[in-house]
Amino acid sequence: MKRDLLKDAYARRRLRRPHIEPPPAPGKDKMLTPDVPEGLYEKCPACKTTFPQKDVLANKMVCLSCQHHFRIRAVDRILMMTDADSFVEKGFGYITLNPLFQEGYDQKIHQYKKQTGLDEAYVYGYAEIRGEPCIIGVMDSYFMMGSMGSVVGEKVTKSIEYALYKKLPLVLFTASGGARMQEGIYSLMQMAKTSGAIRKMHRQGLLYISVMTHPTTGGVTASFASLGDIILAEPQALIGFAGPRVIEQTIKQSLPEGFQTAEFLLEKGMIDKVVHRHALRETLYRLLNMHRRVEF
Amino acid sequence: MDILRKEKKLLALEGELERLDDAKAVEGIRQTIESYKEQAMTTLTAWDRVLLARHPLRPNAYAYIESVFDGFIELHGDRNFADDRAIVGGIGFLKGEPVTVIAQVKGSCTEENIACNFAMAHPEGYRKALRLMKQAEKFNRPVITFIDTPGAYPGIGAEARGQGEAIARNLFEMSDLSVPIIAIVIGEGGSGGALAIGVGNRVYMLENSIYSILSPEGYASILWKDASRAKEAAEVMKLTSYDLEELGIIDGIILEPPFGAHHEREEVFQAVKQTLIDTLNRYRTMSHFDIKTERYAKYRNLGFFQRFNYEHLKGVVE
Repeated sequence: MKRDLLKDAYARRRLRRPHIEPPPAPGKDKMLTPDVPEGLYEKCPACKTTFPQKDVLANKMVCLSCQHHFRIRAVDRILMMTDADSFVEKGFGYITLNPLFQEGYDQKIHQYKKQTGLDEAYVYGYAEIRGEPCIIGVMDSYFMMGSMGSVVGEKVTKSIEYALYKKLPLVLFTASGGARMQEGIYSLMQMAKTSGAIRKMHRQGLLYISVMTHPTTGGVTASFASLGDIILAEPQALIGFAGPRVIEQTIKQSLPEGFQTAEFLLEKGMIDKVVHRHALRETLYRLLNMHRRVEF
Repeated sequence: MDILRKEKKLLALEGELERLDDAKAVEGIRQTIESYKEQAMTTLTAWDRVLLARHPLRPNAYAYIESVFDGFIELHGDRNFADDRAIVGGIGFLKGEPVTVIAQVKGSCTEENIACNFAMAHPEGYRKALRLMKQAEKFNRPVITFIDTPGAYPGIGAEARGQGEAIARNLFEMSDLSVPIIAIVIGEGGSGGALAIGVGNRVYMLENSIYSILSPEGYASILWKDASRAKEAAEVMKLTSYDLEELGIIDGIILEPPFGAHHEREEVFQAVKQTLIDTLNRYRTMSHFDIKTERYAKYRNLGFFQRFNYEHLKGVVE
């Protein structure tokens, strides 16, 4: 009975799918959604050139002249990476609470919910990448900088457990400012929780690909993002444990050019490969294909 | 008046007590001291506890190791890059039973503090800790960790050598270690740097220690853009031992004398030793699988949220 009910719920959800309703563009906060009215222009933060938005969109939100990768939303990421109509979202219905009774936290969450149309900074579900089935999880840096609170931690753990249950590989796109300060010690404990779940997956011999996108810092870098069997990153993504500002304050000198970028980490041997966004889908497909489980 | 000023006053009173020989005056001062101690026991604010946790005279991990364990032998290095002095590890006897001890050490003077980098570990420190834990697993020794760090060190070298990866790897491996891990927060427990050796079956805190996602100063400067409001931040962050016990993050509190552990060192050491012995007794008969499962379940269930239950939809929505 319960299963049927869930099935129905999922089916309904699937019908409604790709519409995680994008927000009405709010005044100050600029959103990079495909739903911004036409005629708007996109300015590249790296080379300061302006392009028509639809050109940038057609180029997968990559700058046309300097190849700067714009931050993108979870929905766009899923549409970009997975086969059309293959994504089925799981794990919805989580409600963020205010465990430490922080002032203004409820309102902030409410505001972000309205702005992004998401429940939390993480979306996961079943998807296919060029026909290869996998569980895909995407963090949305537009929801409170993608910070990891109780709900994000729980959903990440659930997605890992779902991959375990389905015996499917997991592809996780991380984009986060770290642990969520407002939830205090609970956020910290999510690091242990998610890492423990990854360990379980590891035992079962399932593939876990972690794709670090701009920015991946703090508690997320120090937990599940760094634990991938294969770690990919987008060019020029900021990846690190401590933020650049904190490091500058501690060592009292300015940081070298290109510090903490994906290329820097590649050189230091911390990640496997830097992949351009245009080639990411193909790369993921090939990796998934190579790890296809053969039944003996 | 914060706890440090109160403490100064107490010390002045005690000094006076030694100089005086008038019985009546002595009695009076004794009473004042008693009342002070009682006040200190009952009216400590969160900020007072932060100050006590960072007190320069507070016993550091070396002091605990020396008096709790017999025949401690320190082991160095991560077999990879360097030996990090911020994290100390080794083997010692706890009431005749060998245990692996891993601890973050603050120095007791400036030179020592510079040598151990104010207990802020680099990746090699965490990798050393992991190496010793794996070793403990091999020889079936329980692991005991003492947490006392402001956080992992944020620096160029640390980032280049993968600070995030080192912490993540520790969390990853510790969740699946087949020997019991007991963690005790003896001073400051700051963010991922503390958690990286703190994924324990049991986590205890000294009464006046703190454990939080970042320092009150950092919290105030991130959320309120004003680091000077640290005192206020400490109150709302729920970082004291009593708050954390209530939230279900830690398993117990080890009591301290009024005005902090540095006033009655031996007493605190004995309390810590007793707690460790009692706790380890629990694990003597447990299987490896049970130990792992207990620890995994403990962290799996941490979190504070609600989920909409689809059972409620039964009969309401088709």
